Amino acid sequence: MSVTNRKGLDYWLPKLVLSPTIAITVIFIYGFVIWTAVLSFTRSRILPQYEFVGFEQYVRLFANDRWLGAMSNLLIFGVLFIAICLIVGLVLAILLDQNIRAEGALRTIYLYPMALSFIVTGTVWKWLLNPTVGIERFMISLGWESFVFDWIVNPQMAIYTIVIAGVWQASGFVMAIFLAGLRGIDTSIIKAAQLDGASLFSVYTRIIIPSMRPVFFSAFIMLAHIAIKSFDLIIALTGGGPGNSTDVPAIFMYQFSFQRGQLGMGAASAIVMLMTVLAILVPYLYSELRTPKNG
Amino acid sequence: MFKKTLMAIAMSGTMVATSVQAGEVEVLHWWTSGGEARSIAVLKQMVEDAGHTWKDFAVAGGGGENAYTVLRSRAVSGNPPASAQIKGLEIQEWGDLGFLASLGQVAERNNWDDVLPAVVSDVMKHRGEYVAAPVNVHRVNWMWANPAVFENAGVSIPTTLEELWTAADQLQAAGVTPIAHGGQPWQDATTFESIVLAVGGADFFNDVFVEHNASALESDTMIQAFREFRKVKDYIDRGAPGRDWNVATSMVIRGEAAMQFMGDWAKGEFTAANMQPGSDYVCMAFPGTEGEFTFNIDSLAMFKQRTAANSEAQLKMAELVLSPEFQETFNLNKGSIPARTDMDMSKFDSCALASMDTFIATAESGQGLVPSMAHGMSTTSTVQGAIYDTVTEFFNSNMSAEDATTRLARAIRAAQ
Repeated sequence: MSVTNRKGLDYWLPKLVLSPTIAITVIFIYGFVIWTAVLSFTRSRILPQYEFVGFEQYVRLFANDRWLGAMSNLLIFGVLFIAICLIVGLVLAILLDQNIRAEGALRTIYLYPMALSFIVTGTVWKWLLNPTVGIERFMISLGWESFVFDWIVNPQMAIYTIVIAGVWQASGFVMAIFLAGLRGIDTSIIKAAQLDGASLFSVYTRIIIPSMRPVFFSAFIMLAHIAIKSFDLIIALTGGGPGNSTDVPAIFMYQFSFQRGQLGMGAASAIVMLMTVLAILVPYLYSELRTPKNG
Repeated sequence: MFKKTLMAIAMSGTMVATSVQAGEVEVLHWWTSGGEARSIAVLKQMVEDAGHTWKDFAVAGGGGENAYTVLRSRAVSGNPPASAQIKGLEIQEWGDLGFLASLGQVAERNNWDDVLPAVVSDVMKHRGEYVAAPVNVHRVNWMWANPAVFENAGVSIPTTLEELWTAADQLQAAGVTPIAHGGQPWQDATTFESIVLAVGGADFFNDVFVEHNASALESDTMIQAFREFRKVKDYIDRGAPGRDWNVATSMVIRGEAAMQFMGDWAKGEFTAANMQPGSDYVCMAFPGTEGEFTFNIDSLAMFKQRTAANSEAQLKMAELVLSPEFQETFNLNKGSIPARTDMDMSKFDSCALASMDTFIATAESGQGLVPSMAHGMSTTSTVQGAIYDTVTEFFNSNMSAEDATTRLARAIRAAQ
């Protein structure tokens, strides 16, 4: 009797302990995703209402010039931000991995930007990049009269300033992930390769980097979601301007849902963002998570 | 202990004597900056003196987006605050949703229809019933100029658009930034609407921003307005994009720039810098809009309450909002003018007096008084947003004035 009781407890206890978390996740993540999806098919304006209009909000969304601009900005920002962060992070990690002196201190310095909030990063870079107070003014005061660095006020270039600030903040973190990955590689393989006469360069390109595939995977996932969610950095750095030149879907969604009383269209834009994320991540997750079984 | 009880009995006795039922008013607002917070504290004191409880519900964030988000969730859950800082056409949107309480009795008892000009009371009414109380009237089409800068450059302060561009050229030649501007969508729109008023006049302004009349939107006058607006860009400095309006004002204060186009809330910045109107700084109508008045009215909308006591407190507060004492104190602090036209204006400065004169004159003649588009008085937030997008896109790109006109008309149609 007591045995079955204890077995029963062992069986139920983990489920009991986990159930609040599961319930919260189901309601506050999946439940609200579904609610947003429902709202995107309604005529909701300042408050949710349930008069269904089919795909009308999506049609209006894709007829909106600002939305198309926001999507292309996200594409530019996302691709550059992820690629540059991965490259810079990897190079920094490899350089730090050469048994150099004061590695701990250097690592901390590179990692520090991640401890700041994006609002701080955005504000600091806003001042640095502003042509009337920042880098440009500094260079001119040093005597380089013709120096021009006005990307932040130039609608064609402003999106790249977001990339600069984003990379500055996130690449140290990517470096830390890569460094951990480098340290996890079995040194005997490297030693064997060196005995076979492989150069340091080919050890990195042929052995170390390929074996860090899972590390690339986690770094990519983290950077991708920072890029797609990016909101605070842009609000602090450019406020979406000049004009709407640094507008991104997250800002669009916030403004339309909460400032302009177009909850339906805001919900539609949120769903499109979610679909974009899924379209990129699901195939990638699928291919990456299957590989270990095959290999 | 006994003494305390006695005191409590005595106090409750006086409470009963002064007011029938003590209720609570909860007020959602974002008047959180120095002068504004002091102004709203006056209302709190007045409500408390009337025997009711004031529950402050301040949500910071200048534009009020944060406050709106909170308000919406409170309204959906069936527990809205007694009153919220809602203005312009949004009052109608909340009224249509059935959330707002009628202030009919108070309005009648205090003759609101007589003391408020029709343009103001129209904004405060939903289907003919007062549902909100106005706290002030801002004039948006102001130009703030630093006369010392103009004098040094040997230029006189412009009163028409042509004079403006000539003056700007001369100022630029003298090495100062002619126009202090902050490149944020609402500031672009604020300048743009003044230019539309200067180019097309009040009737055209109404056709475009209130009626959204298709032929006016696609007219040559509109193209002309966009062309004039583009000229502003030649006279602002490179640091303008993203700059806050008060930073732009400080450029005028310090003499780095000659003038700024901004509503009368800019006056607070000059006052804080100990500058005197008329001598240290000059307030004039936006060039070409003398005798016209773009209004922006802040108001407190009243939400339906669950208990009779709270409703009573709410009505009392609405009455106090329109009392001459509150209107005077609040507007002296805020830089605006009272919504009542029968006030003693002796404590106000020359800019406020000029504003009041134009306001009364335009309200009486019915000519030249227009609701501000940039500040949500003329159209819904949806259409306003669509106008913002096109205007700011035009100002920050090489789009032609013809394209901008077509796109504006299309964006307004799509948003309606």
